[in-house]
Formats: sequence, structure tokens, C-alpha cells
Amino acid sequence: MAGNNPNSKPMNLTLKIWRQKNFQSAGKMETYQVKDISPEMSFLEMMDVLNEDLLRQGIDPVAFDHDCREGICGMCSLYINGRAHGPERGTTTCQLHMRKFNDGDTITIEPWRAGPFPVLKDLCVDRSAMDRIQQAGGYISVNTGGVPDANEIPIPKAIADKAFDAATCIQCGACVAACKNGSAMLFVSAKVSQLAMLPQGKVERKTRVENMVAQMDKEGFGACTNIGSCAAECPVGISLENIAMLNREYINATFTSENV
Amino acid sequence: MILDSKIPDGPLAEKWDRHKFNVKLVNPANKRKYDIIVVGTGLAGASAAATLAELGYNVKAFCYQDSPRRAHSIAAQGGINAAKNYQNDGDSVFRLFYDTIKGGDYRAREANVYRLAQVSVNIIDQCVAQGVPFAREYGGLLANRSFGGAQVSRTFYARGQTGQQLLLGAYSALNRQIAYGKVKMYPRTEMLDLVMVDGKARGIITRHLVTGKIESHSAHAVILATGGYGNVFYLSTNAMGSNATAAWRAHKKGALFANPCFTQIHPTCIPVSGGYQSKLTLMSESLRNDGRVWVPKAVGDNRNPNDIPEDERDYFLERKYPSFGNLVPRDVASRNAKLACDEGRGVGTTKLAVYLDFADVIKRDGVNTVSQKYGNLFEMYEKITGENPYTQPMRIYPAVHYTMGGLWVDYNLMTTIPGLYATGECNFSDHGANRLGASALMQGLADGYFVIPYTIGDYLAQMPAARVETTHPAFKEAETAVRADVDRLLNINGSRTVDDFHKALGHIMWDYCGMARNAEGLQFAKQEIRKLREEFWKDVKIVGVNEELNVTLEKAARVADFLELGELMVDDALNRNESCGGHFREEYQTPENEALRDDENYTYVAAWEYTGANQPAVLHKEELKFENVKLTQRSYK
Ligand SMILES: Cc1cc2nc3c(=O)[nH]c(=O)nc-3n(C[C@H](O)[C@H](O)[C@H](O)COP(=O)(O)OP(=O)(O)OC[C@H]3O[C@@H](n4cnc5c(N)ncnc54)[C@H](O)[C@@H]3O)c2cc1C
Ligand code: FES
Repeated sequence: MAGNNPNSKPMNLTLKIWRQKNFQSAGKMETYQVKDISPEMSFLEMMDVLNEDLLRQGIDPVAFDHDCREGICGMCSLYINGRAHGPERGTTTCQLHMRKFNDGDTITIEPWRAGPFPVLKDLCVDRSAMDRIQQAGGYISVNTGGVPDANEIPIPKAIADKAFDAATCIQCGACVAACKNGSAMLFVSAKVSQLAMLPQGKVERKTRVENMVAQMDKEGFGACTNIGSCAAECPVGISLENIAMLNREYINATFTSENV
Repeated sequence: MILDSKIPDGPLAEKWDRHKFNVKLVNPANKRKYDIIVVGTGLAGASAAATLAELGYNVKAFCYQDSPRRAHSIAAQGGINAAKNYQNDGDSVFRLFYDTIKGGDYRAREANVYRLAQVSVNIIDQCVAQGVPFAREYGGLLANRSFGGAQVSRTFYARGQTGQQLLLGAYSALNRQIAYGKVKMYPRTEMLDLVMVDGKARGIITRHLVTGKIESHSAHAVILATGGYGNVFYLSTNAMGSNATAAWRAHKKGALFANPCFTQIHPTCIPVSGGYQSKLTLMSESLRNDGRVWVPKAVGDNRNPNDIPEDERDYFLERKYPSFGNLVPRDVASRNAKLACDEGRGVGTTKLAVYLDFADVIKRDGVNTVSQKYGNLFEMYEKITGENPYTQPMRIYPAVHYTMGGLWVDYNLMTTIPGLYATGECNFSDHGANRLGASALMQGLADGYFVIPYTIGDYLAQMPAARVETTHPAFKEAETAVRADVDRLLNINGSRTVDDFHKALGHIMWDYCGMARNAEGLQFAKQEIRKLREEFWKDVKIVGVNEELNVTLEKAARVADFLELGELMVDDALNRNESCGGHFREEYQTPENEALRDDENYTYVAAWEYTGANQPAVLHKEELKFENVKLTQRSYK
């Protein structure tokens, strides 16, 4: 279905959208029609068109999370036609454009589905569990001031580049939503690897991995069974190598633990 | 009211050190008796919250997104300046200071800018220690690139995602303090009012964006780090939720608003493609290091860009500004793009675009090198436009990007309300009439890591540690007022959507208070904004209730504030009968269409006082004194 729309004509679409009043209530799918959608629009601009329509009819607009609309803040989080962030690889929902769809398509839009991500309303979910994992150890313990000159510790370019690649995770939660186990391993591994690779992060590498993994388990994320849908659906291309590194870090830490 | 900038005595280079020595200190054991509210968790807010908590203060931090890491600082692409002189190309603290003052067209305070340049070097050290993966050379040392308005390479970067990496550094420091219990974090919580007790800022009123709960928070001091107000224009490179509400409501409580008309229109953004457009996407200034800006020489040349021969192209920036070329400051680049389009030489279907061409650098350095440097930006461009910039020049056009204006602050970053501070893009302080690229990240982190931790201590040391309870009548009154505002919006039951009003405001602002302004247009805009505001309060349509996640209600409250701020921007633009930096009044230009300043009459900061709904704002002036640089006509030729 996805593919470049050949004649860039406006499209009419059927949308099936999850509506849920709040955390306590049950939700259900509702069907809406949108007309004259330009292929140049972004997916979220198409949602804006729908919401303006609903509002004019006095119907509560569909709530969805978004902010930067340029693929970097990690706020947008739609499950489109059964895929986290929709059909285009390496693309957040906000960067997905309607030229990937065709006139007459039916598009199903749901929230992230995972136990640790309760639905707040419609398509908005609570992802604070990911912040709590970061708080458990996703940092290097330095206070402001009193640090060495930035060029005092050279870091080989290859390592700096690899650390950067891991650091580009936008914490959107697509990896969790895409995983049938609801595992957060890709997300956690990105932070663990970034910091374990850098000389500044090595000092706390053992406690960091232990504490972050413990928090991940506590939040109720599922186990990783190496399926790889997380990396396949990750909008910024976080690599599975990070999970391998996390596993090594974790085994190493538990054998020689300093957490006593 | 006399505006006291509290600039310390002494020679420029010694002011900050002297000041740090002279400020009063809160002793380490007493710090835990003081509470500080930080609104905003972008670079300015997260760095301040983390650092203040490290020092021992109790911090409450707020943001409207679901996580502090999503503040719009995350979207900054190109880089952060610092006077490290790692390249040995003649950089120094003084040169960074000088470039910033000149780039700002001599409308910033010398002492603040000098301090900014001084602490810039500490920022890079701090970020590296936190694990920020800056770009490096093969030898393992940090890499630099150049940015507009400078002839040295002093910009540190992390591919095209510098803001993300810096913010994640600050976010990690913040997380560490949250884990220690020294920072209490309130995400999805919007500040709707400032609470004052005995003339001092003592707290805020917030609305929880999921439950609608309206709450009071008390503290000894309040820091606003809520970002810029570019969304007055509806279309901008800001995030959808970026807003002026916190700053504007503080303004209505007595904080003066400085230079509101100083907005930055960034030259390299992806052009508007249709009326449904919700935001504009920046293509980083770093692209101008290698990309060449051009339009066809002939009016109405509709050929495919690759079919237009070299000698029929006008590389207008290189032609007009041979020494800075494509790297002239933003205001100059934007205005020239507009001129080219006004002449009918714009490109693309809307004719409101110019080319940014990478063919030469690709030929010179190869596709791989180019994709190493700019890969993610090229990808972003292709996702949005469906065009491949490796084979076809980008189309770009200026877009609203940054606001130099903001809450007036003194040297200590305190507003005119005692105990209320403003940091980052929210204040007006360091960039004058035009901000240089890669200097906002520097300023946000300077304010948060290295300035406010000293200056706020000076204030707290002089006030009793006793807390004000949120049962105090001032809190109850403010809560009631906020609730009444919300009810008023919900009860209008009109017919026109919030976005509709916002777009209408945006059009007025862009047409009359955008890249070029004139007195007649501004007067017209003022009337139009007033009419629109009146209509808004009669006819805006909002559904639902307060006690739920109500996106329309959130937006309406923000647009209501934009409708007031927009008018003040117009007033300010009307008042300033000169052109400087991003403020270009068509009546005041040189024969070569460059901005013509009037130093005799306008070398001041225009700080506006709120005097009531629909009442004229009152102007206060802070005269700017230049003792270390000579005011000259900016020249990038
Ligand atoms: C696309 C883009 C690219 C840029 N690139 C660069 C660059 O390369 N180099 C450079 O130096 N500068 C760049 N800038 C400018 C720079 O990124 C910003 O000026 C800077 O990051 C602002 O930081 P801040 O901390 O002041 O505000 P922000 O990062 O915008 O943070 C604002 C915070 O305030 C919170 N907030 C706002 N209102 C409320 C409220 N009412 N209640 C509660 N919380 C609230 C938000 O939740 C957020 O946490 C760029 C800007 C943009 C838009
Ligand atoms: S809205 Fe920010 S990543 Fe999509």
C-alpha cells in the first residue's frame, strides 16, 4: 500500500482510530472520513485536519502526543496500520508524509500498547517508566564545575562516533510497542552502551547497568527474546549491537559486582 | 521605574570574577532550607535545576511535555560556540564577545556578553565530562566548524543533533538529582500564573495537563526557563507547544518585557508548501559552510536548477558580501533571500524559495564526506519534500526561528520582580537585535550551569528561610483567578477554532511585523490584532471540560496570550524608528538596502510595562553604554 503517490492528487481516506476517554474507561475503535488530503501533508497535519473537522462538529478532537514535529523530541507515538510510527522505515510519525498513502486507503491508528505504558487518553500513553529507568543510572556522576579540560582525554573518533550513534535514541518507546514481549532492552541498551564506551562513563559502568536493568524489571517491561522487531521499527536506527553490549555489561557486572 | 542593570564595576574582563567574589553566599548547611522553582527543562532550565540541586537547594522543576528531555532545545541542530581556540585560528574570549556584540548590531549589554564568552569554555568541559559525544578528529580531539558572523571555527557539534546531545547531558544531570530526591519533577504540568507575596515572587499556579488539576507551588525564588515566543507567528521552527504563557503572565504581574520586536528569521528553512502547514523545519546554518545560495539571474526562469548554466546563476551572497560570502549573519542572509524573491527570481512552485546547492562540495569532497557531515539533515529534507538534495539543490526560505526579546533581566538574570529570574531564550539578555548561530545553546547552558547558581545565592542569602504556605491568601487568589480564566474560555462556546485564530494572528505578524516592517503596516497590524483578540474572546470554540486532557483548552490559553504579546511586538517595532539586526524598518535603510541604525536615539533596551488589559504599555529605557567596542555600521563585505 505504501508507495509514492504518482499523481499527487488530494486523497480521501478512512481512519479507524482508538478512542478512550481516560485511564479508567474502556476504549474502542471509531471510524472517521477525511477528504482532500494533500500528499505533501505530514501524517500529523492530516490528523490536524481531522481534529479541526471534529471540533467544528462539536466532537472532542483526538488526543495524540507530539511536539517538535521534526523527528527529534520523541513525543509522537502512533501505531499506524499495525506498525510503530507507520509504514516508512527509520521515520517517526511526525516525519511520515501522506505521499506514502493512496486515495481510498483505510488507516488504523492506535496508541502504543504495552503494560508499562497505560493509555491516558485516546492515543496518548504514559511513558514515565522510561524516565524512571534513566533516573536509576543513565548518567555520569559529575557535578557542575571542577571538571578537566574537554581535550584532556582524547577519544578515538571511531568510539566517539559509536557512542554518538547509541546516544541518538529519542526515547519514544517504539521499540517497546513493536516488541511482542513489551521489552525495553533496546532503549536501555542504548544508554548503557553510550556511557560504557566513553572513558568518562567507565567508572560507574557496573552499578549503572545493574541499576537500570533492575528498574526496567521493576517497571514490568518484558524479557528480550532476540526477535529484533525493536531495531527494525526504531525510527532513529538504534542497532541491536547495543543489546549485545548490554548483555555483556550485565554479565560482567553481576560476576564482579560492586553493588553490595 | 528606574532600570538598574546592576552591572558590576571594574574593567570588563574582571567584572564577573569580582562579582562572584562580592555576592553573598548561602552556607552549605542552610541551602537545604531554600526551595527554588524552575519552570522549563530545556538547556536553560535543566542545567539550572541540576546545578542548584547539586549545591543543596530543593528544586521543583516543571515542563509541559511528558518528559523533561523533550524540551525544544532537543531540536537544535548545528552547534554551540565556545572560545576555546582549539583550532589556533585566533579565537579568544574577546573575539567571541566582539563578534556577538557586532552580530547583535550593538543592542546588547557589553558586560553580559563578555561573561557569556568567558564561561563558554567551561560549558564544553562540563558537557564532555557528562558524556556528550561531540564530533572528534581522528586524533581524538574535539572538532569544530564555522558558523555565520564569525571568521574563526569555534562551533562544537554532535553531527546535526547538537541540541539533543547537550540536552541529554543536562537531562542526565537532572535525573541524577531526581534520583537523590533533590529535584521533584512535574512533567505534563503547565505554569499558568506567578504568585507574589509582599512584592516578591514566591510561587506559581499550575494546571496538570492530564487531570486538569489546578495547583499551587511555593518557593523562595522562581526561575522561568520557558523558551522563546516565536509561535506568535503560528508557523515557526519552534515546537507545537512552545509558548509565551509563563513569561507573559509574569509580565502581567509586573515583569518588564524587553525588545519584544527583536525576532530572528532564519534564512535556511524548508519553504511552506500549503495552508495546512503546521510548522516549519530548519535546515541548520552549518549547511552554509558548504552549500551555496543562488537564484537564477533572470526573472521567471522556470528551468530545472540543474539545467541552468553557471553564468546564468546569481550567487547573491557571494556577490554582495565577498569576505563572509554564504556565512553572513542570519538577518542579512534572510533579507537578501526575500529581496531576490521580491524581484521575481524566487524558485519552486510558490516562487518563495532560493536554492542551497551542494553540487560543488560533493564534487570536491565526495558524497561520503558530505553525508558524514550533513547526512541526517539531507535525510530530513528528503522525508519532508520528497526531493534528494544530493542530486538537486535544496529549496530554502526564511522562517521565524528565535526571539531575541524576552523578559528584561539585570546582570544577575533577575527580572524587575524580586525573586523572579529568567534564563535561556525566555530572557532578552545577550543577543541584541540578532543572535549569531550556535550562541543560544551557549547562552542557555551558561545561564543555567554557571551564572544563576551564583547570582540566586546572593538573593536567597538576604532573605529569611521561612516558607510561605500555599494556604496563604495570595495563592488562593491566584488559583481562583486561573480557574476563572479557564472557565471563561470554556464558556465562550463560539464557532471558530483556536487554530483558525492562531493562523490569522500569524499572518498579520508575518506580513507586517516580519522580515520587513514599516510604520503604516504596523499601525494597521495593531488594529487587526485588536479586532482579532476581541473576536477570539467572543467566538472561539472549545469543547470538553477542564478536568481532562483537553488539548483545545491548552492551545486556547496559549493563543490568548499570543494575541496580547503580538500587539506589544508591534508597539515595540513602531517605537524603534531605526533598523537594526532582525528589526528592519523599510524607512531606515542604506542605499545598498542594509539596516540603518540610529545610535543617537535608539542605543537602548526598550523594556515595556504592562498597565492593564487594552491599556497602552509604558516604555522604560535602559541606555546601553559601549566602552569596549566602537559602534560601527556592520559590514560583512
Ligand atoms: C530547530 C531549531 C534549531 C536550533 N539550532 C540551534 C543551534 O544549532 N545552535 C544554537 O545555539 N541554538 C539553536 N537554536 C536555538 C536554541 O535551540 C534555543 O534557543 C534554546 O534551546 C532554548 O532553550 P531554552 O532552555 O531557553 O528553552 P526550551 O528548550 O524551549 O525549553 C522550554 C521549556 O519550558 C517548558 N515550558 C514552556 N512553557 C511552559 C509553561 N507555561 N509551563 C511549564 N513549562 C513550560 C517546556 O516544557 C520546556 O521544558 C535552535 C532552535 C530551533 C527551534
Ligand atoms: S513530534 Fe517530536 S519526534 Fe515526532
